[in-house]
Amino acid sequence: MEISSHDLLTVLHGMGFGALFMLAFSGALAELYRVSGPGAATLVSTREQTLLGFYLAAMVILAWFTVFSGAYIVYPWYRAVPPAGVADLADYPRRLLLSTGKTSEWHNVGMEWKEHVSWLAPIAITAVAYVTMKYGRAITHHKNMRMAVLGFALAAFVATGIAGAFGAFLNKYAPVRGGQTIVLMKGE
Amino acid sequence: MSTLQNSAGFGQTDIPNGSGAAAILAAGIGSAALGVLAFAGDASAALGNLLNFYNPTGTLSGVTTLAIIVWLVAWFALAKRWQTRNVDIGKVNILAFALLGVGFLLTFPPFIDLLQGK
Repeated sequence: MEISSHDLLTVLHGMGFGALFMLAFSGALAELYRVSGPGAATLVSTREQTLLGFYLAAMVILAWFTVFSGAYIVYPWYRAVPPAGVADLADYPRRLLLSTGKTSEWHNVGMEWKEHVSWLAPIAITAVAYVTMKYGRAITHHKNMRMAVLGFALAAFVATGIAGAFGAFLNKYAPVRGGQTIVLMKGE
Repeated sequence: MSTLQNSAGFGQTDIPNGSGAAAILAAGIGSAALGVLAFAGDASAALGNLLNFYNPTGTLSGVTTLAIIVWLVAWFALAKRWQTRNVDIGKVNILAFALLGVGFLLTFPPFIDLLQGK
């Protein structure tokens, strides 16, 4: 069982950071609604608020790790330019997708959208985390601020969903390959 | 006011809404900046080259770096101005969500192509 170093780092970007960030949304959205909903000031303890703060801070870190690892580690491999005369484009995902009209829109729409829209998520979730931690239970006294927090959390979720879905499809049609081979397990 | 409400680990009931409004509006501004820069980088080859801060990542490096700078500067400036004030958060929300919408639209390639008449 082998994996290339590029594959491993792509998995770390997509599954280690991105998918974990995505998974965290279900808990975050439910908890944000619970702590800011009607009657929350008397129901939510300081400990629960502190835990939510740590939870959101972890999401912020995951979100930034996801976009930075994507843009500065995986994306350069994706957009690598093949030397002249190379016919096999398997190691050049962008060129591979653009080589035929059957796959070109995976790059022109999918990757072009993913590479930009994904950055909305860390910006939005950082604002959500800051406001939630800054105001704590007091957010129940600011109805419009609660709406903004939930709205921006939802926007971060949508942006992550778009980026994650296209990431999965792109990796199916033109996976990032190359780098050193890492042997995980020897077969019989 | 109950002890529970006063002893918040973070957050107090009497905090002016300015700090929160600043964070929300700045996130909207940062999102719109990302969209505008992505559009500019796509529409103009010269701007695209200017935004190429790091060649392996290409134009994306400049687009995102500048968007983050715009977002943080806006957040700092708004927070400094609003931190002790109560602002009309309803209007701030409308503006912030409109800017967020701009960010989403201007990162969507078919919409960018439509704006450029492609």
